[in-house]
Amino acid sequence: MNNFSLQAQTLSKLFGRRLIFRGINFNWSGNGIFGVSGPNGSGKSTFVKILAGLISPSEGNIIHSLDKDVIVSDKLHNYIGFVSPYLILYEEFSAWENLKIFSEIRAIEFNEKKITELLDKLRILNRKDDLVKTYSSGMKQRLKFVFALMHSPKLIIFDEPTSNLDDEGKETVYSIIKEESKNSVIVLASNEKTDLSYCNEILYLEKFKA
Amino acid sequence: MFIIVAISVILFSIGNEKINESLTGGLFWVVIFFTAMSGLSRAFVSEEERGTTLTLQLIASPTVVFTGKLLFNLILVFCMNTVIALLYSAMFESFVLKNFGLFLATFILGNIGLAVASTIIAAIISKAGAKGTLYPVLSFPILLPLILTSVQLTLFAFDGTSFETAKFELAIVVGYDVIITTASYMLFDFIWKD
Repeated sequence: MNNFSLQAQTLSKLFGRRLIFRGINFNWSGNGIFGVSGPNGSGKSTFVKILAGLISPSEGNIIHSLDKDVIVSDKLHNYIGFVSPYLILYEEFSAWENLKIFSEIRAIEFNEKKITELLDKLRILNRKDDLVKTYSSGMKQRLKFVFALMHSPKLIIFDEPTSNLDDEGKETVYSIIKEESKNSVIVLASNEKTDLSYCNEILYLEKFKA
Repeated sequence: MFIIVAISVILFSIGNEKINESLTGGLFWVVIFFTAMSGLSRAFVSEEERGTTLTLQLIASPTVVFTGKLLFNLILVFCMNTVIALLYSAMFESFVLKNFGLFLATFILGNIGLAVASTIIAAIISKAGAKGTLYPVLSFPILLPLILTSVQLTLFAFDGTSFETAKFELAIVVGYDVIITTASYMLFDFIWKD
């Protein structure tokens, strides 16, 4: 059982005078897949970045806790996995080098077995020593899943996880999401009906525009 | 390359004239300032240009990122400025140090202040549009107290002034380093989180 919880209190975000959303409250905990949906420009990416602690909300706050202990913002990155099309890994390094450097910066053990399994599952193991800049956009997207899962995070945020992927890649991603939801809180931001069909609960951002 | 060009231009412009110690000390820190302006902003600008800032935010705390970038800039500043000091001592007759200890202390403290201030300014301007113009414009007022005091201390080192006499200027540079380092670590979290 996952003891991680994510709690939002009157969350609002404005860019200048432009309101993105206002007054979002929720408490997501345990194991489950929580969806975030809304039309283009509704603030899905902004919302998930706030959840990941990458940007600050204009009002309200977000509380991450593990076993009822609040996680301080300085340590938050150790508990979060993040996949999105706008995430860019170091293209001048190979996939393997990227993952090794990330482990070193995080000061965690480089789990070669787990990473090999993930690369194999996402079908990029045979290209692990190639520079990331030689990858197709779909392969880069697959690598981001390894990046997000390599440190066994308690909160995994997928922002449009199936973008750039072929049908076989999408199926792999859905199986990963289902598997990871047994041990982690999953937040899935998407407009795709198939993506959202895996969610236990969906937050529609357009409801928080007023 | 910038160092060689800057020193060559100064040497060609003075020709056979002998420049005094005050001018040598001033020109020494001018070259250091502009060398820093040409190289130190890359620490954060390169991450922003490649789009890897988000990745870095996801793998390390702001303090770790700032410390890493600061260490890189410190090494770069010390390497570049050692080359400048060696070239100055070889090319300028008036670059004669009568109190080497005082010069070394000034050099170390000045470089630390320069690296810390340049790193935090690089973080601030990395998200701006006109990075190249903004960097020296923003750096100049922040670095001015450090540069002026360092010039004065360098002149003391040329004169052979003792540490005891120069303690007020040394205290200013130490104070500057402490304040800029503390302020940078406190500010960086806000800058890094947009």
